[in-house]
Amino acid sequence: MGIKIRLNGQKQEVPIGTTIAQLVAGKGLNPEGVVVVVNQNIIHKEQRDQLQLQENHQVEFLSFVGGG
Amino acid sequence: MQTKSEEAKSRATTMSDGLEIGGQKLTNRLFLGTGKFPCKQVIPQVIAAAENQVITVALRRIDLAGGDENVLNYIPKANLLLPNTSGARNADEAVRIALIAREAGCGNWVKIEVISDNKYLLPDNYETIKATEILAKEGFVVLPYISPDLMVAKALVNAGAAAVMPLGAPIGTNRGLKTKELVRILIDEIALPVIVDAGIGKPSEAAEAMEMGAAAVLVNTAIATASDPVGMAAAFNFAVKAGRLAYLSGAARTSEYAQASSPLTGFLSEV
Repeated sequence: MGIKIRLNGQKQEVPIGTTIAQLVAGKGLNPEGVVVVVNQNIIHKEQRDQLQLQENHQVEFLSFVGGG
Repeated sequence: MQTKSEEAKSRATTMSDGLEIGGQKLTNRLFLGTGKFPCKQVIPQVIAAAENQVITVALRRIDLAGGDENVLNYIPKANLLLPNTSGARNADEAVRIALIAREAGCGNWVKIEVISDNKYLLPDNYETIKATEILAKEGFVVLPYISPDLMVAKALVNAGAAAVMPLGAPIGTNRGLKTKELVRILIDEIALPVIVDAGIGKPSEAAEAMEMGAAAVLVNTAIATASDPVGMAAAFNFAVKAGRLAYLSGAARTSEYAQASSPLTGFLSEV
């Protein structure tokens, strides 16, 4: 049984106990290039191994892109 | 009574001319945008040709299906990052983006870009003033992008902006200084650096802005979408320097009638 979160606006189900770091790795992303925001709070790299996802977490994986 | 630009001109000399924003002395008055490049790999060469110091970036959701590489990987550490708040439709969203960008290690400079008009991409001046006030209090160096309006610019001075960035023409149109007379008023009346941002399509238009007394220009589309972005970046670098030098050198007045450059007395015929 998993928990439901929203990632980049999309509903996702993840196993209970999944950490942010695991979610980043699970999506095949380079952790250096990802900015993580959970419920509008930025999650720094050193926190990602500790923070476990909870039901209804609104997670954003962001990065810096070209812009004017 | 001198205008602000006349005061600035009399203070600066060609040897000591420098642009200082937010306590930072800048090495180049050309700011570069990083959007619309055909590939990110060309960005380091463009930066080398432009010799720009300030460079803008945006913050977006990662495409979980494809994944764009982080643009910061293509920007030398020596460059000064200016994250923009593009995507923000109001002050709250602009503030949120700025705080995330700073927390993510982008430094404390921010370009406020608040746009809810999808046809012309004209900025919302009023939400921009609100965001400027909040972010200036939070310790940001705030560079707000606006439609040129003297009262808005005065409000931005009071709100703690570090510069004002009036558009020359709508984003991406390459139409040049359509707002020239309004920008000139800002240059004359506002004590902050006036940086023309958006619409500059050719190096001559960048030079034109600098000749008027603009402190700097921000160019993106005209370089990124040129046939040769690296060559065009170099052209803009020269143009910005030429325009600034022309401004400091004091352009001659225009006149309606001809003024001969050579003496009028001839020797081939007797009068």
